Amino acid sequence: MTETLQPILEVTGVTKSFGAVDVLQGIDFAVLPGSVTALVGDNGAGKSTLIKGLAGIQPFDGGTITFEGKEVELDDPKIAAALGIEVVYQDLALCDNLDIVQNMFLGRELVNGLALDEAHMESRAGETLQSLSVRTVSSLRQKVSSLSGGQRQTVAIARSVLWNNKVVILDEPTAALGVAQTEQVLNLVRRLADNGLGVVIISHNLQDVFQVADYIYVLYLGTMVTRLRTSETNSGEVVEYITGGRTETSEGV
Amino acid sequence: MSQTTNPQTDVPKYMQKQGNGLSQSWAAYRTKIKSGDMGSMPAVIGLVVLVALFSFLKPVFFTPLNFANFFTQAAVVVILAMGLIFVLLLGEIDLSAGVTSGVAGSLLAVSMAKWGYPWPVAIAVAMIAGIVIGLCIGLLVAKVGIPSFVVTLALFLAFQGLILIIIGEGGNVRVTDGVILAIENSNMPIWLGWVFYAVVVVGYFLFAFTGRARRLARGFAATSLSMIIIKTAITAAIGFAAVWALSLERSTNPELNPLSGVPIIVPIVALLTLIFGFVLDRTRFGRHVYAVGGNVEAARRAGISVSQIRIAVFTICSGTAAFAGIVFASRAASVDPNAGKFIVLNAIAAAVIGGTSLFGGRGRIHDALIGGAVVAVIDNGMGLLGYSAGVKLMITGAVLMLAAGADALSRKRSSGVMR
Repeated sequence: MTETLQPILEVTGVTKSFGAVDVLQGIDFAVLPGSVTALVGDNGAGKSTLIKGLAGIQPFDGGTITFEGKEVELDDPKIAAALGIEVVYQDLALCDNLDIVQNMFLGRELVNGLALDEAHMESRAGETLQSLSVRTVSSLRQKVSSLSGGQRQTVAIARSVLWNNKVVILDEPTAALGVAQTEQVLNLVRRLADNGLGVVIISHNLQDVFQVADYIYVLYLGTMVTRLRTSETNSGEVVEYITGGRTETSEGV
Repeated sequence: MSQTTNPQTDVPKYMQKQGNGLSQSWAAYRTKIKSGDMGSMPAVIGLVVLVALFSFLKPVFFTPLNFANFFTQAAVVVILAMGLIFVLLLGEIDLSAGVTSGVAGSLLAVSMAKWGYPWPVAIAVAMIAGIVIGLCIGLLVAKVGIPSFVVTLALFLAFQGLILIIIGEGGNVRVTDGVILAIENSNMPIWLGWVFYAVVVVGYFLFAFTGRARRLARGFAATSLSMIIIKTAITAAIGFAAVWALSLERSTNPELNPLSGVPIIVPIVALLTLIFGFVLDRTRFGRHVYAVGGNVEAARRAGISVSQIRIAVFTICSGTAAFAGIVFASRAASVDPNAGKFIVLNAIAAAVIGGTSLFGGRGRIHDALIGGAVVAVIDNGMGLLGYSAGVKLMITGAVLMLAAGADALSRKRSSGVMR
């Protein structure tokens, strides 16, 4: 590696199988702080399995995980959360019947004695959105049911920032969005990295990947076929890797 | 890219101090209605229409005596509905709440009449029975995974048998203890009624005012002072009329049997509303109840223990039902084997009419008060008009269907707005 930066999260040789199917066959993957790492691959390549392992939802069968230089066991979502690894899922885990502030603090509400400290939560939520230069919502007390897809994605991403997370993993953040909203969300993703977080983005949309990512990892049928620097590749090459047209396990970085 | 973004000269809208006059409050309310969340508004309108209708058709409806009766009549359904709202907020149902109150009521009556326990012990026995029942329902639903509809339907049948066994031979147990009877049959002295009135009005104003002050101190938009004053004035006016009417002599035979004052059950229900309202609106637990009702998966991913919330909610519901059973025993001055069999649908109707959604995630504790009032007015008014129990049941059923239909349609509409 030519980087002077230490990866904040690094997995080496992780494996995972479901019965006779080896979904992950010894994967190496690293996330650098302050950069956006894209994870691409066709359906069934093992992207979701890798993410679930990093989130502690489905622990890996073998391999080592290093977080901030220390080896860790990720066999419980709570461990991942405690380390500061947050996954923003495709189907956006937000409650429609709650407002923006309530959703951002869900499960981690601030209390003052017995009662919820609404004012404190509202001001912190506002500050977080402001620090991400979010200007697409008009009121923090809007119910999430009244928000557009892009606004919802914004809230979900902002929630991951609120808790001083170090690694944020975004699963298809732009899948259901229109052009303008995609642009807003990608800008937000970039700002997360600019604030020093390690950001992982899973996407099928290579245009988005090239716009926002610093590094691209390609998974093909359970193996990591390549690791590329976005500035040194092009989408044709990436497509070849995704579809299995090129299979050498090169070290592009 | 650099760490610092360009200095922000303009503040985003959500961080600005918004204007907060009356027009904004009105606009916010209209947006809420448009988004399909009608809250208690239809029930309030329905209540006013029904009261006007019955008063016109049967003038005796609008008399102090009937007004006082109305409170004691509504109390059992209202209390039961409050417990059910917790369960409904999760999108679950408890069909056994009524017979649970029957079990608690019969335990109360039997432990005093047959076992000779003093009233505090009898109340404790009844309440503990309710809480244990709720824990069992919660465990069966949350841990075993049986749908709540099936669990509570099974218990609905089983508990009718249990009540028969508890009551035993004779088919009816009388309640004679003065304290228990007082819950539904006694009134506060006139002066205490006015003290209660003053506490409610001043408390309401102070609560709204300090909440506003706290938000303003943080630099947030808050309810306008004029709005608070208007709301307090409306509360004060309605309360004044009610307490005044209840303070009139309402006995049909004043010399022999004078009768006046606010029924004791009124402050009891008010206190219950306050406690449950606090739990749902202001505590972490309440927030988690709404979250689980709104999106189970989101709640789980946010680290909320969904099964704990489920168990807690069923425990609250059955515990509250046990209390409703005590109140019911007080009102009837006896417990019979049919105790609680019919009121559960009235209570569900009350919650839904009041604006609580059967799909979970939407509802407030005061829905029980407003919806319970509608159910009681229908019951009371139609009784005065001389309709049979059969017609009353059919009308209540029709009203429940109407409310559930409105709930389903408004849900459809709000999801239409959403996507």
